[in-house]
Amino acid sequence: MTAATDIRDAGSGVVFDIERIRADFPILSETVYGKPLVYLDSAASAQKPRQVIDAISHVYETEYANVHRGVHFMSQKATDAMEQAREKIRAFINARDVREVIFVRGATEGINLVASSWGRKNLREGDEIIVSEIEHHSNIVPWQIIGEQTGATLKAVPVDDSGALILDDYEKLFSDRTRMVAMTHVSNALGTVTPIKRIIDIAHEKGVPVLVDGCQAAPHVAIDMQALDADFYVFSGHKIYGPSGIGVLYGKAELLEAMPPYQGGGEMIDTVTFKKSTWADLPFKFEAGTPNIADAIALGAAVDYLNDIGFDAITAYEQELLDYATERLSAINTIRLIGTAPEKAGIVSFLLGDVHPHDVGTILDREGIAVRTGHHCAQPVMERYDVAATVRASFGLYNTPGDVDALVASLGRVQEIFGS
Amino acid sequence: MSDGGLADLYQEVILEHSRHPRNFGPADDANRSARGNNPLCGDRVTIHLKLDGDVIEDARFEARGCAISLASASMMTEMVKGKTEEEVRDLFERFHALVTGKTEAEEMGGLEVLAGVKDFPTRIKCATLPWHAMSAALEGSDDDVKTE
Repeated sequence: MTAATDIRDAGSGVVFDIERIRADFPILSETVYGKPLVYLDSAASAQKPRQVIDAISHVYETEYANVHRGVHFMSQKATDAMEQAREKIRAFINARDVREVIFVRGATEGINLVASSWGRKNLREGDEIIVSEIEHHSNIVPWQIIGEQTGATLKAVPVDDSGALILDDYEKLFSDRTRMVAMTHVSNALGTVTPIKRIIDIAHEKGVPVLVDGCQAAPHVAIDMQALDADFYVFSGHKIYGPSGIGVLYGKAELLEAMPPYQGGGEMIDTVTFKKSTWADLPFKFEAGTPNIADAIALGAAVDYLNDIGFDAITAYEQELLDYATERLSAINTIRLIGTAPEKAGIVSFLLGDVHPHDVGTILDREGIAVRTGHHCAQPVMERYDVAATVRASFGLYNTPGDVDALVASLGRVQEIFGS
Repeated sequence: MSDGGLADLYQEVILEHSRHPRNFGPADDANRSARGNNPLCGDRVTIHLKLDGDVIEDARFEARGCAISLASASMMTEMVKGKTEEEVRDLFERFHALVTGKTEAEEMGGLEVLAGVKDFPTRIKCATLPWHAMSAALEGSDDDVKTE
């Protein structure tokens, strides 16, 4: 793979023009410590294209007011723009019905919403929730909180040494008390792509609904709610090149309709009296208060941006980049890759000799290279591999083989300093 | 500096302490212990002190951490032996001012080699964690000290 690589999608003949894409992201021309920014931390948060940045200004400059209640022109305009964004997201995830798309602050809030609202109604003492060993804390802790209130407990599906989920063990975890499966689509610490369709099918055979944490999948692969048949699916806008502070909870309409509200307030009500209030219809039942209007609209712009490039091209390009990174890093004599599952997306996690990841991160930083170091909010994963932390390089659609080369060269600098 | 201060941060003496930490391991006769956590990077350090009156007779530590926190703990345990609680608190104050860039580097019996962390704001806590844990041990605190 060379810096000039174009990926041609066989079906559409679309060319993945990396230089044109990079030019869309203003921050990529910034320098840090006098060196070009090499941004390898998109799994934490992705950078924003000009189209998304402009969309935010456009809202505030031309179509901003509160939504869903004003009789005036601007309120109607903002409402239309926000509902158009919702429709774009429905199409993006191929949901059946736009009412199934709930705007939330991010994936974390989406999971908390389901754990709290669905959990309060459906969980009892002795019930069980199946998660996996490679969940982000945000798909563990909300279930523990509702578990403390209801008496439900968690069971975790183990992974093998490569970081791949052990499906046989998953099936064995089911009991007649299993009420929910909460599972990641792509591991944020290892990059493992889980066999999510199979996971959902197995749960459904046993009559158990599934919530999917799609944070690390949504930037890399096309996601299709109807094909997956997920019951709930969450992702954060900021990881798919949209603004921070906005995210999506998808839920099947019949499940969402049966759930009590998560928060009370304006926008989510039908009528209010001091005796009793009634709730608005979906999706507004779950959107109490003035929503994050501008960022929801700009998330629509991020979806447009991804659609224009196309996931066939994005997935193919990023896969080639990940393979290149894995190959180059593996050639370093003291490297230990953490997470080598056959199916991976966007992430390579590693240790360099016995140098602490925090020290590696500091040295890379001074070379202009942004990586994440630490436990990646996935302490059970660190425990599984008996490490305190890892260095994680993660890729977005704007990264290049040159970025990988810079990373490898700077790891050489780390070895020089630490003599390892 | 062309390397953005890296040579200052990772001086040979610091690397040497991190590779061969002094006073490392459990202490059977310690009468005060406290643990510090840095949730940001998962670093942990436990400081064991043996006090005779208000004099620190012995100081040892156990840790899992980066080069900076290991070196800082190693140097600290060497430095505080034989000092009174008050002298050690005063030393911590001066050390803290040094690594946060509030004072110019001064001779501090060797601790001044860690002054380079002042240019690495995300790493200051690595250097101060062992000191915070030692303060907690002196105060007889049972709670873990956290940097966040």
